[in-house]
Amino acid sequence: MATMVQALRMALHYGEENLGVKNIFGEDVGPPLGGVFTATQGLKTSWNSPLDERGIIGAAMGLAFAGSRCVAEIQFADYIYNTIDLLKLAGNQCWASNGMWNLPMTVMTPVGSGIRGSIYHSHSFDATMTHIPGWKIVMPSTPADAYGLLLSCLRDENPTMFLIPKALTRVRGEELLPGEPEEKELKAMIDAPLGDRSQWKARWPEIGDYSIPLSQAKICRSGNHVTVVSYGRTMPLCNQAADALAQEGISVETIDLRTLWPYDWSAIVSSIKKTGRVLYVNEDTEVTNFGEHLIRRTVDELFYELEARPRLLAGAFTPGVGLADPLEMASVPQLGSITEAIRELAHERA
Amino acid sequence: MKRGSTTKNASGSQGRLSGNASSSASKKIPPAMIASGLNGKKQGLRAEKPSALTRSSEVNRMVHAPTKAVSPLVKNGLAKKFRLDPELLVKIHDHMVKTRALEERMIKMFKQSDGYFWLGGPGEEAFAIPLGMNGKVGQGVQYDFWHLHYRSSGILMPMGLDPMGCIRQMKNVVADPHSGGRNFANHLSIREWNVVPITSTIETQYLTSIGSAIAQKQEAKDSLTVVTGGDAGTAEGDFASALVWSSRPGNELPLFMIVTNNSWGISTASCTQHGDKIIADRGKAFGIKTRQINGLDVEESWFAIREAMDYVRTERKPFLMEATVSRMYGHSSATGANLVAGEADPIATFEEQLAAADIMTPKEMSDLREEYNAQMMEMAKRVKEEPMPDPSTIYDYTYYGQKGRYW
Repeated sequence: MATMVQALRMALHYGEENLGVKNIFGEDVGPPLGGVFTATQGLKTSWNSPLDERGIIGAAMGLAFAGSRCVAEIQFADYIYNTIDLLKLAGNQCWASNGMWNLPMTVMTPVGSGIRGSIYHSHSFDATMTHIPGWKIVMPSTPADAYGLLLSCLRDENPTMFLIPKALTRVRGEELLPGEPEEKELKAMIDAPLGDRSQWKARWPEIGDYSIPLSQAKICRSGNHVTVVSYGRTMPLCNQAADALAQEGISVETIDLRTLWPYDWSAIVSSIKKTGRVLYVNEDTEVTNFGEHLIRRTVDELFYELEARPRLLAGAFTPGVGLADPLEMASVPQLGSITEAIRELAHERA
Repeated sequence: MKRGSTTKNASGSQGRLSGNASSSASKKIPPAMIASGLNGKKQGLRAEKPSALTRSSEVNRMVHAPTKAVSPLVKNGLAKKFRLDPELLVKIHDHMVKTRALEERMIKMFKQSDGYFWLGGPGEEAFAIPLGMNGKVGQGVQYDFWHLHYRSSGILMPMGLDPMGCIRQMKNVVADPHSGGRNFANHLSIREWNVVPITSTIETQYLTSIGSAIAQKQEAKDSLTVVTGGDAGTAEGDFASALVWSSRPGNELPLFMIVTNNSWGISTASCTQHGDKIIADRGKAFGIKTRQINGLDVEESWFAIREAMDYVRTERKPFLMEATVSRMYGHSSATGANLVAGEADPIATFEEQLAAADIMTPKEMSDLREEYNAQMMEMAKRVKEEPMPDPSTIYDYTYYGQKGRYW
């Protein structure tokens, strides 16, 4: 099974060959490194940019204005914050021109905790990004979804933000992509060797056009007692919690939102109407969190369907994620806290 | 000659300028061209798309044609000896006057509460019109891209900018062709000519210009990207980004970077904030070809722009130009939009030169100005009757092609 980062690489290659991607760039994106998480190794259109995040986003916008589809990477989401006005600008160009212009561009950036990245390699970005209209925003939790969602981003006529949960980049999926070779063979084909890479070239497997439509959530576990909505790093934890709680007789329905904007509200509505209880889980800081918006909408539109108050389990509202293991573990939701939150919600009296 | 007699749109930039290259310059002002909005057949939200090749060859013809003998009115050595063909000078003057008439009408509209905010470029015409006239205009990567700031109506006027569209944007009516009533005056956007939406965010255009220049470097032979901004904005890091990205060794970009220096940043004098005496010199550290020019002089601007553009088109490398301009009505309506004493008027200077060279008479120029003023006033009257945007459309085009609430 491919890892998420291998899936991303194969999707980008597919984009180069079939979807008109002409430039994949960012800091250390081109050879020899191919990205600090290796998501861009071996790609024929990848190149290294100056160490200039604003230049990277601006260049992507300009390429998109010129009709040249591109993928720009910000090495860590922690460093995307000085481009906020450009993200806002990219998001409003179609609206500001009353539909005249569109920007077919994709920005991808690793987000969140999980690698003991300390204050500036652990930031989440979904809370901030979901405040910026005009973008389509995705965040996968499996390699197959990463592949399929990235292909859809590369087809979209709008700016798309691809948030990579860095904790999951080396996690293997449970499902094979169509045409995906077995694990060792895939590694030999598309993982650059250590040491001198000057003569190395990737051999790309024939992966088919496996797309996942944007705005389509996925029901990961079906259940009747509690709805849990999540995405990215916390999604597999929610599924693990659901599996564990099933042993206690608690039936949990887990939904992987996958696309944050425009999100699949109908999937959430259907589930809440069935369970009457909902927990939103993500690891961005809890104040003005995207989950708070979802709770507000839940209350506004589904109040009379609810049997218990809707909940949010999110990251602590702290200036950063501390480096020490106990600090990081306490800063963002973990399996234990997720399991407990679901259990508590399931047992709350209606 | 009858200027505008064969033109297709209001500016006259599309058709032949008339006559042949060696014909005498007109001393008579013809009937002013019919501006869109006055003639029912020529009304429309957008001027017709001009032919880049047609105009380009026409401009070439005029520049390289023998210049008409200097008029006897040139006296005491004070009159300027023009290098450009009189026909072209008359055409440039026409665009300058038309641009000024448009801006002054929009200022009046602001003062009459027919618009919430005005800012624009009176004082930049001597540089702006030659720049626009030398562009390769069209849609797509084979044509020039324009990442402009909000003082750029003069650049677009010779391309065929429809003043009515500007006035509609000033009044933020639904028929505003640039933003549908969503953005300020002079925040122009014309996809057919690669004019990307002008934004209020100072200097971000220097970043976006990088991208279209990359695309042109990769896919086009002689098109280039133009980016303009003011002197105060060069304090932003985005300006430095453009210098860095356009001069990457082996990946130099066909980017024509322009700083129009009016010596002010809203109310703050540049000399109190900037230690650099010549902004263009900042390019030298990157090996970028640079030049500082007097942007108040038509011919100096014309030849400098052509030389720079030729270099960028053929060498596929960047150029940084600093043009001294004036800011005749201050920063914007936020500072009153009143005529500022002491600010140079490039049109007045140019008209003195044209008269002294016997290319146009003062009456001809005065008549032309009155004609355009009258046209702009009529447009402003008309636009008052036009509908405002429908509130139900606020979500439209958050995404491309999307209408209505999307969530």
